[in-house]
Amino acid sequence: MRVESIHRKGQNHPVAATKHLTAEQMAKNQKEISVSEFFAKNRHLLGFDNKQKALLTTIKEAVDNSLDACEEAGIAPDLLIEIHQVEEDRFRVVIEDNGPGIVKEQIQNIFGKLLYGSKFHSRRQSRGQQGIGISAALLYAQMTTGKGAKIISKTTRGKPQSLTLQMDSAKNKPMITKEAVLKEWHLKHGTRFEVELEATYKRGLRSVDDYIKQTAVSNPHATLHYLTPDDEEPRIYERAVKVVPDRPAEIKPHPYGVELGELIRMLRETNSRWLVGFLQEEFCRVGRKKALEIIKEAGLGEKSYPTRIAREEADALYRSIQKTKISAPPTTCLSPIGEKRITEGLMKETDADFYAVATRPPSVYRGNPFQIEVGIAWAKPGGDQLEVDKRGRIKKTKKRRGTVDTENLLGNADEPVRLLRFANRVPLLSQQSGCGFTKAVTQTSWKSYGLQQPKGSMPLGSAVILVHMASVWVPFTSEAKEAIAPYDEILKEVKRALQDAGRKLGAHIRKDKRVANEFEKRSYIEKYLPHVGIGLQEILGITDEAREEIVETLGDSLETARNI
Amino acid sequence: MAAKKKITKKTAKKKSASKKPRTRKVGEDESNKGKGLKQVALDSIVAVAKMVQKTATGGGLPEMVMPQRNLSNVTYDKKTGYFELGDNYKTRKLDVNSVKTFAQTLRLMSLAQDMVGDADFATKREAYYVSKNWGEAKFNEQRESDSVLDDIEGMFSLKGVTRETLRFVPEEHGGSVVGALTVIDKDPETGDPIRSDCAAMGSGAYTVPSSVDHLGFETTAEFIIAIETGGMFQRLNHHRYWRTANCILVEMGGVPTRATRRFVRRLSEGLKLPVYAFVDCDPYGMCNIYRTLKVGSGASAHINAKFCVPNASYMGVTPQDILDFGLEDATHPLLPVDIKRAKDALKNDPFFQAYPAWKKTLKQMLTMGVRAEQQAFAKWGLNFVIEEYLPVKIKNAKKFLP
Ligand SMILES: Nc1ncnc2c1ncn2[C@@H]1O[C@H](COP(=O)(O)OP(=O)(O)O)[C@@H](O)[C@H]1O
Ligand SMILES: [Mg+2]
Repeated sequence: MRVESIHRKGQNHPVAATKHLTAEQMAKNQKEISVSEFFAKNRHLLGFDNKQKALLTTIKEAVDNSLDACEEAGIAPDLLIEIHQVEEDRFRVVIEDNGPGIVKEQIQNIFGKLLYGSKFHSRRQSRGQQGIGISAALLYAQMTTGKGAKIISKTTRGKPQSLTLQMDSAKNKPMITKEAVLKEWHLKHGTRFEVELEATYKRGLRSVDDYIKQTAVSNPHATLHYLTPDDEEPRIYERAVKVVPDRPAEIKPHPYGVELGELIRMLRETNSRWLVGFLQEEFCRVGRKKALEIIKEAGLGEKSYPTRIAREEADALYRSIQKTKISAPPTTCLSPIGEKRITEGLMKETDADFYAVATRPPSVYRGNPFQIEVGIAWAKPGGDQLEVDKRGRIKKTKKRRGTVDTENLLGNADEPVRLLRFANRVPLLSQQSGCGFTKAVTQTSWKSYGLQQPKGSMPLGSAVILVHMASVWVPFTSEAKEAIAPYDEILKEVKRALQDAGRKLGAHIRKDKRVANEFEKRSYIEKYLPHVGIGLQEILGITDEAREEIVETLGDSLETARNI
Repeated sequence: MAAKKKITKKTAKKKSASKKPRTRKVGEDESNKGKGLKQVALDSIVAVAKMVQKTATGGGLPEMVMPQRNLSNVTYDKKTGYFELGDNYKTRKLDVNSVKTFAQTLRLMSLAQDMVGDADFATKREAYYVSKNWGEAKFNEQRESDSVLDDIEGMFSLKGVTRETLRFVPEEHGGSVVGALTVIDKDPETGDPIRSDCAAMGSGAYTVPSSVDHLGFETTAEFIIAIETGGMFQRLNHHRYWRTANCILVEMGGVPTRATRRFVRRLSEGLKLPVYAFVDCDPYGMCNIYRTLKVGSGASAHINAKFCVPNASYMGVTPQDILDFGLEDATHPLLPVDIKRAKDALKNDPFFQAYPAWKKTLKQMLTMGVRAEQQAFAKWGLNFVIEEYLPVKIKNAKKFLP
């Protein structure tokens, strides 16, 4: 922490030698704590707890933003992600997208101000949601290297803007250190974010490599060019589908999903004049009749002024909402990945032999619509694949080998299955054990689907289980957005989806075993039948041709008798 | 019998060299002569192969039928005198599970065909090693080849063909023999007769070879004692009991081998000699050793006709002997396996079920709850068995258990 601005000068004042302080003395130490100072102390909450994670979080925030922006603008994302090693533990990171770009005035706020974003207040499914992401990355970089971030952004109509930004972390305000309009840029529209930070680059689980690969799985419509410090050439994750997912509709909050504090804020900030109007305007699924029902139950007047509703009245209103029967929120606001795309994403990035997917119908937890999707990629232990041809003969086919960097996703047959967790298409890499998805997987009985499973643990197998939750509001257990809170409704839906996909897997494994079994039997026959021929030839002294003919006829008779 | 005994006594009293006991003779077994059984064996092998060939060419799946070999598939009739094979058969149809054994069966038949033709033989172990040259079809353990040999023998048993006819011989040699018996064997190279005098074996004994149908015999003996243990056999041989009693002693060494059974059978049948079994007084001695000697076993039901001694009788030791000869304090309590064996015999063994005397004996043993070994007589002095027990018992040979 070499940067001046994070020192809290007020706190370091020498305190009077007396043991006890007067209120006046204490007042000298009481001052506003800026958000950025808060961050400096609590950076682990935001995913910057160590150097390796800092690199991942920085890239993750930028990539999430790029994908969000592209999708909102209906553009098929083309992303460039580069990691350059500058010093032993210092890296320069570049994330460039072909998104809509950012208008010049907003650039400094987006990147140089914490808690500034467009997604926090919207009830629409998106990757970012706290508005804390990208500026936290800048702040971390600045704290560890003293350097700010360089942003180039161009909108279709505007000129390419280049800004170098720092953050005044005491005031939570951006400071532009360099500013220029570029004569030309290689993209018609898009944004490039470049930053230097203290970090460590590692491969393996929970690495940037892992994140990029999983992102390619959950975003088969995106092309990613990823350059690691170890490689000369970028790895390319080519898109498997061209169509960009529809922009999810925005919805108003559902009354069940609003907590008391939020309700009070909404009452204070509304433009509606009357309570009955407020309820209809600010919430979904509330018409005039429902609004009156709620108000009556709360013992309030329909024409009360929302802005003047006192604490106790808000409490009554809140309780009345919980008691009233209100229909579930619309689910048009959800954008699931889709069964076909999940399969394509998995096929693209895993070298498996079988894929099963399951999508649950949308559901609701605490007033928030959500939808669960599950995908399973399963590789046959041993590797060889058996195929039954039209004539019923079984052939061994060589295993496909190929796509870049496949080794990470599928483990060995005796290892726990890899669980890929996604929230709004964002891979969740850490805190697997504390995640609701994990709980749902371990609580599912995989034995009946053909996988081994130690009691209360992940199933074993060379397989990947993908769980995706699409929601307007994903209930993370912390700000670092790494684990899903285990709400009963969510657990139930995940389990059902796992069961749906699991049944398909089970059927396949059973069939696979049957075929393998049959193959084994047939090879067994092929091995010993010639000896029946030899025995006959020796005893009866028949010719080689006669012997071969007998063996062949017997082979045919046996196959017909068995027929698969 | 009485007449013979008189002669013996006279001879013993007068010690006259001129009065020789009557000599009886028997030659090579009929079945072993000429081409008869060999040809049947060769024909049977070809017949099986032809059947397989015909079924296969006709687009069918061939099957081999063989009798089931266990105690539940035998019947016992006192008149026939041995366990007879019942009507249960197992069918080995060519399929995935049987293809290996099927191939191995044919290949072992082919080996038998060669051996019968060339008058060579293979021990069961050698047959197992021959298969090592068959590549994939080789046997992994001798247990497997033994079992296939038994199957082949089972298939052919209805025609009287045995494993020995097919020229497969067991490793283990037969029991030991001493006494007033001359065995006439043949030199395998020259065909010349070779005479072995079982009274001229010194402290050793004549050993029963693995196949015995080609042997001829000459004897002056009056009966045969088949003895369970080597220890008792040695004692009786050492004191030349066979000379005193004018008999033949055969050591079985536990359950008698096929060759020993066939040997005793040929002696008893060809020379018309009674056979007295002398074994431990325990369920194993009665239900396994004696029963197998007399009527054969369930597992070898297909060959019992030749490989047992229907006119054997049980001399002892009986539970009643324990009481009559004061052996009570020289006994051991029956073990749970003993009790189970005796109860199984009462419940499932057609032989014991056929004789009330045997049922009574087994029940008596169970009630007494004890067993006694042959050697227990040593309690009364080492040669009590020679001086007291055997003479007393043999005097009442008609009362022996059937
Ligand atoms: N690459 C980008 N292209 C276009 N807009 C962007 C880009 N990155 C960020 N934004 C805008 O900046 C806002 C703030 O981003 P961020 O601080 O990461 O918060 P959040 O993603 O949670 O809204 C986003 O909501 C989005 O409107
Ligand atoms: Mg963001």
